[in-house]
Formats: sequence, C-alpha cells, structure tokens
Amino acid sequence: MPTVYIPTPLRRLTGGAAKLDAPGASVGAVIQALEADYPGMAEKILDEQGEVKRFINVFKNDDEIRSLNGLATAVQDGDRISIVPAMAGG
Amino acid sequence: MAHVTGNKLVELAKSEIAEITAQQLQRRVERGEDLTIIDVREREEFVQGHVPGAKFIPRGYLELQVEEQQPDRAQPVVLYCAGGVRSALAARNLKELGYENPLSLIGGFNGWKNAGLPFKVPLVLSDAQQIRYSRHTMLAEVGEAGQLQLLDSSALLIGAGGLGSPAAMYLAAAGVGRIGIVDYDTVDVSNLQRQLLHGEKDVGRPKIESAADRLADINPDVAVEGYNAPLRSFNAMDIIAGYDVVLNGSDNFPTRYLVNDACYLLGKPLVDGSIFMFEGQVTVYEAAGPCYRCLYPDPPPPGEVPSCAEAGVMGVLPGIVGSMQALEAIKHMIGFGEPLVGRMLMLDTSDMSVRTLRVAKNPDCPLCGADPSVTELIDYEQFCGLPSLAHDEEAAPAPA
Repeated sequence: MPTVYIPTPLRRLTGGAAKLDAPGASVGAVIQALEADYPGMAEKILDEQGEVKRFINVFKNDDEIRSLNGLATAVQDGDRISIVPAMAGG
Repeated sequence: MAHVTGNKLVELAKSEIAEITAQQLQRRVERGEDLTIIDVREREEFVQGHVPGAKFIPRGYLELQVEEQQPDRAQPVVLYCAGGVRSALAARNLKELGYENPLSLIGGFNGWKNAGLPFKVPLVLSDAQQIRYSRHTMLAEVGEAGQLQLLDSSALLIGAGGLGSPAAMYLAAAGVGRIGIVDYDTVDVSNLQRQLLHGEKDVGRPKIESAADRLADINPDVAVEGYNAPLRSFNAMDIIAGYDVVLNGSDNFPTRYLVNDACYLLGKPLVDGSIFMFEGQVTVYEAAGPCYRCLYPDPPPPGEVPSCAEAGVMGVLPGIVGSMQALEAIKHMIGFGEPLVGRMLMLDTSDMSVRTLRVAKNPDCPLCGADPSVTELIDYEQFCGLPSLAHDEEAAPAPA
C-alpha cells in the first residue's frame, strides 16, 4: 500500500498519526480510503468539485500530482503521497 | 660551490627568460590575447593597486599555485612585481616547472603605472575582517572574493520574529553588509520562547530596535535598516526595491502573497520559509522556477488553517528553518551550490524527516504565467477574505 504523509493540521483527524498506509490504485482512491477510516479527511483536502484545494499540494513521491495525472495519478505499493498545505507561520 | 650574489642571480635569470615592456603587455591585452598575468608581490603591495585582470599569487606560493591559474605550460604567463627583479627570478622558477614562455614585466608595476596605464585598486578585507571571516575565506566556495561579495550585498527580512531572528543573526554574523527588517510589532514575553533577537530587557520595545541592537553586537560591519511599519501594497515596492534578496518570515497569508508578488514584479529572489507546530517549509522563488502563487493559487479561507498563535509552535523549529533561509540567501549572494529553486524542502521535526519535493511553474499562474492577470499589487487582505486595510495607507516610511 502507498504511505500517506499527513500534515500537522490534519493529524487531529488521524489521532496524531503522521504516516498512514492506505489502499488505492490512484491518489484519489487513496484519499477516499483515508476518508473511510478517518471521516472528514476528504473534505479537508478536496473542494466541492472534488479537486484538490488550491492552497494544498499533493505529491506522489517527489512530484506534485498536477504535473502528473492529477487525482487519477496511479500509485503503487511503496509510493509516498505527501499532502502539503500552505502554512503561514513565521 | 662558488658563491653567487643576488645581483648576479638576477642577471642570470634575466638572461634565461624573456621580458616584456608595459606598452607591449598593454597592446597584447588590448588585442584580446588570452594572457595569464600574475602579480607576485606581497599582499600589502597588491592591495595598493594592480594591473587589471592580474591574479595575485605572492612569490612564495607561486610554484604551488600557478597551475590553478594556467595549467597549460605552453601558454604565456606574465609575471610582475614592483620593479621587475622578483618577477625575473620568479619567471626563472616557472621555467624550472616546465613553463615554456614565462615573461617578466620590465619595471614591474611601477613601470606600468609610470607609463600612465590603467590600474585597479581592489576592495580587500581589512586585517580585522580577515580574522573575523577566516572560517569563511578558507572555504574555496567563499574565499576572499565571496566574503567581499557578502559585505557588498543586502537582504531584507520580512518580520523579526521566529524565522527572522535566526536568519538576521546569521546574515549579520556572515557579514552581509546591509540588512533591512520590516516589523511593526513590539517584543512580548511570549515571543522569547523562540525569537532570539530579543531578550527580557527588550519586552515592550519595538522589535526593529532590539533587533538592531542585537545585530550591531554580533557584527559592527553590518548596517541595519529598520522599518517600523506594516508591509502593505502602498510601500512594499519601495522598500523591497532597495535590497538584493528578500527573506520571508511573515506570519500571515496576505503578507506572503504581497511579498511574493512584489518580489516577482521587481525581479528579486525570495527565500521563503514557513512553520507550523513541528513542521517547516523552505523554498526559493526566482524567475527560473515557480512562485508562491504557482504552488498556492488561492489562500485558505480565513480560519481554515490555524496560525502559530492559535496552534502553537516548537520554539526550536524556526531556528532551523530561519537558518536554512539565511544559508539559501548567502548561497545566492555568493553564487555557489544548488539553490532550492523549483524544490521545496519539507521538514517534520516530530520524526526528523526531511523531504525535498519538486515544485513546478504553473503555466496558468496569474502572476508569472504566460498570460498574467496580476500585473500590479492588489488588496491582499481582500484577496485572503479579510477586511480591507486600504484606508490606512500612508507615505512609505524611511528606514529608521
């Protein structure tokens, strides 16, 4: 299963877990799998149209998924999915 | 073995090597000939002035360092000293190393100057600076030239808080000649857990004042310019235009978009850092890569992303992230290494994982894309869904 890196603001939903394995053949499917286990997760990442919110970047391994195939980007066992929201603290 | 006098040795050397006059050398330089010119005098002499383009290798180091300047022994190498004696002896040494065409400048640098030819007085580190920056100058990537570059560079810090504190202190210690700081806050006791620019005695003072005191104590070479004002659309361009590099350490989204847009419009590199609880992000925005809007086209709705004031922040975290920003700024000023352009460094200190993710330019970016809609600064509070601050515009402040 791919491993998902949960950013700090969303760890409230995962009971504090920073890394989770979640099943799915695409980035979008993995996010839905997370939603099944941690309700509210998809709403934090996706907008009303089901797209990744515009202040969040999602990466498969080292590449942002918009430069790949968006939420349809295929993932395999061992892939790393990073959810990276804008943060403003200084 | 028969004794040879110094004069005799010079005579012998001159008989074995070729000499060149100042006018001949000047003509060959003007013709664009690829000549290696080496000043073999002592440092105190070199810094008083030298032939333009000459490399400095004091005679005692000549044999050890000449190959760095000209490895090809078939190429001509012109040596000069003050009057043409030491360089003749040095040219003979180069022959022994196998250089086929070493030339000694007749009359040396004095002859060159007396012929009315141009010379250059270099900027050099003072004796005190040579000691202060010795750990820098011994790095080949920095050297004396790189240190001089830092002393001649300027950086603007947006915020003198968690990120701005370590960034400003390291830039000052490194000898960045001019450091501007924009911050209109005063020091609060709750800042002291992470903002090392300020101390107990500074509570209640404007941050730019305590920052200036701290930086002056670290390095008197540095000029500190404080702007005790909020950065807004009406003053951002004027303030940012005066600096070589900008480091973003602000604590809110409107300022982050404002700084991004102003830096892009002015062509200034922006070393961006941000922190939240235990996590940090660092990247560099400049023309070759994406900008902040490429990564984050829209800000989060107000309240969706909590601030450090609401969620907390581990005090050491900005120390790490702000230091990384200072290092990226220094790399840019000197021009070595690989900058974090098109890459975002993600740091999670809770498990000490570091990831460097590729970030790409967005061709549809409203600022740096092919068909931009943002061509001047806008109302960033409004853009971020906050009440507009347009009413409190005033003249851009001068540095305090």
